[in-house]
Amino acid sequence: MTTVKAAHNRHENRIRIRRGPLEKREARAGLMFVLPWIIGAAVFLIYPLGMSLWYSLNNIRLTSEGMKFTFVAQGNFTQILLSDPDFLPDLVDYLINTLVSVPVIVVFALMIALMLNEKIRGKSFFRLIFFLPVIIVSGPILNSLTEQNASTISIVDAQAVTGAIAAFLPEIIARPVSELFSNMVTILWYSGVPILIFLSSLQKIDRSQYEAAYVDGASGWERFWKITLPSVKPMILLNCVYTVVFVSSNDQNQLIGLIKSSMFSGTSEKGYGYASAMAWVYSFVVLLLVGLFALLFMARKDKYEREAKKLDRAAKRERRQVIRIQRRQARHAKKYHRPTVR
Amino acid sequence: MQKSITVPPFAEMENHPDVKTRRLSRDRIRKFFMGSREKNGLIKLVMIYGLLICIGFIYLYPILYMISASFMTLDDLLDSSIQWIPSSLNFANYRQAGLSMDYWNSLLQSLMIAGLPTLCNLVSCALTGYGLARYKFRGRGVVIGLIILTFVLPSQITMIPTYSMYARLKILNKVWAFIIPALVAQGLNAPIFIMIFWQFFRTVPQALVEASKIDGAGHLKSFFSIALPSAAPAFITVALFSFVWYWNEFYLTQLFVHGVLVESNLTTLIIQVQKFGTNYSAYAQTAKSGATNLNESIRMAGTLIAVLPLLILYFVLQRHFVESIDRTGITGE
Repeated sequence: MTTVKAAHNRHENRIRIRRGPLEKREARAGLMFVLPWIIGAAVFLIYPLGMSLWYSLNNIRLTSEGMKFTFVAQGNFTQILLSDPDFLPDLVDYLINTLVSVPVIVVFALMIALMLNEKIRGKSFFRLIFFLPVIIVSGPILNSLTEQNASTISIVDAQAVTGAIAAFLPEIIARPVSELFSNMVTILWYSGVPILIFLSSLQKIDRSQYEAAYVDGASGWERFWKITLPSVKPMILLNCVYTVVFVSSNDQNQLIGLIKSSMFSGTSEKGYGYASAMAWVYSFVVLLLVGLFALLFMARKDKYEREAKKLDRAAKRERRQVIRIQRRQARHAKKYHRPTVR
Repeated sequence: MQKSITVPPFAEMENHPDVKTRRLSRDRIRKFFMGSREKNGLIKLVMIYGLLICIGFIYLYPILYMISASFMTLDDLLDSSIQWIPSSLNFANYRQAGLSMDYWNSLLQSLMIAGLPTLCNLVSCALTGYGLARYKFRGRGVVIGLIILTFVLPSQITMIPTYSMYARLKILNKVWAFIIPALVAQGLNAPIFIMIFWQFFRTVPQALVEASKIDGAGHLKSFFSIALPSAAPAFITVALFSFVWYWNEFYLTQLFVHGVLVESNLTTLIIQVQKFGTNYSAYAQTAKSGATNLNESIRMAGTLIAVLPLLILYFVLQRHFVESIDRTGITGE
């Protein structure tokens, strides 16, 4: 009972005070600063999003007078998912590749960052090398390099590795894994920014934590799992999201090429509407992937906070009950014309 | 505080009986290889350096390959005894690749297409970031949520209506198609830049701002004279990354600026790399220059000169690139 009361009091303290003129002026100034973004979001985000949803429900033909809409409801979506020969296989490929390569990239980045965080010479030189790909990585350049087989190391025989993998694993897992090996360089090239993010968060960990753990007799292995990893956990999520977004918007991704080519395909059933529907399906999948990683690495609230929230909720329920009882009393009083006893 | 230790001369130390036994003791050897609390052991160091150098080599492999192949003549390419080092420095590849790509013209246009939106990005993202960091207003949470959403959402979903909107406004296949979104903080990767500015402006001490307010500075004045001067690192970071990302963008540049069906006369080096094959054969046919057939070396030379400006930029400003993520506090304070 006392705890409920305490929570109740806490709630009362939080009653909103009406905002004074100064605060209002401040808020207005803040809005003025953000105004360009708001206008931009309306024109380049909200409006296109709505339009693209409308497009995706229509079959659009480009005529000399402009676009001609024919409403087809979910027709585009069913056609994409059921009868498009390229979309679904590409989507599955994209999903599996992303699910395999994102953990590889992030774990790899963490490993490199841990090594660079040691006391070694030439740290800045190595950082320079590992960040270099970020500068030059782009679709056409990568295409041009893969065409010349420059993205696989000929010294490390990729064929042998992929052959061994194919022998041991089932087809559906073996293919992305062997693709991973044959495109090792491009995969590694994506980890430039994650390495830097990990490195700077590693450098912010308090040294005294390690010293305390050392005094308590923790081994290096234990220190990694109990101190380092929990400290960089938020960065793992950040890097996962970054990598998913990066892989998704990369020109190496077949799907976005497919969307563009169907946007400009001259056939009667494809076109803007069809491509918009594809984009929606694709975006849904990307959001799903990001959500999956967020679910895996999102910081869980600690026990104290959960408990406090529970109490808050109980207090709220109690207050609502009190109000309800008061109302009922008032109603009854009115109904029976009996003045309430004071 | 450093302890001053008196070290005996080297010769004396050698002969000292204590030192001799200590040097040979098992503990010291173990420490040397396995390391101690203060120092990494030899085994660990060798492993770290070995791994870093190997991975560094894998990282650099495509670039090294590109450089090496770009100097080779046709004979060198066919000669199986030549792996890495070409028999002579052959600059003809560069000349031919450069001519077929219309290099100087493409370079200038690349600079323009990457540079102008970058400037706009700087202004608009700084304003937005400052507004979010400094002020509290109703709907701030919604704005932040939408910014994160735009980061995660693929650009394909808004691309088609935007394309037809540009076509109606007649800014398709012009630089304006990149400049206008950047002016209202909706450019390429703008959410990241807003976040960088936001994180950075949060670290500006509130006391400074309040002091300026008491001295009679308005909102704009305190932005320009207090927040901006301290934000140089954030500006450098955003400028560099924005420039590099616009430079490397192919998908949207082709759609909005270069044109897919009808090609405009605007092009970038990256687009020229993508179209290298067709461009080169067109160039070779009209050639009075006696261009050879397209081979690997010429293609590699073309790829290299397309990224060369960025490589130069990187090596000149390497410190800013590499330390950028540290200084902008994107990893949280």
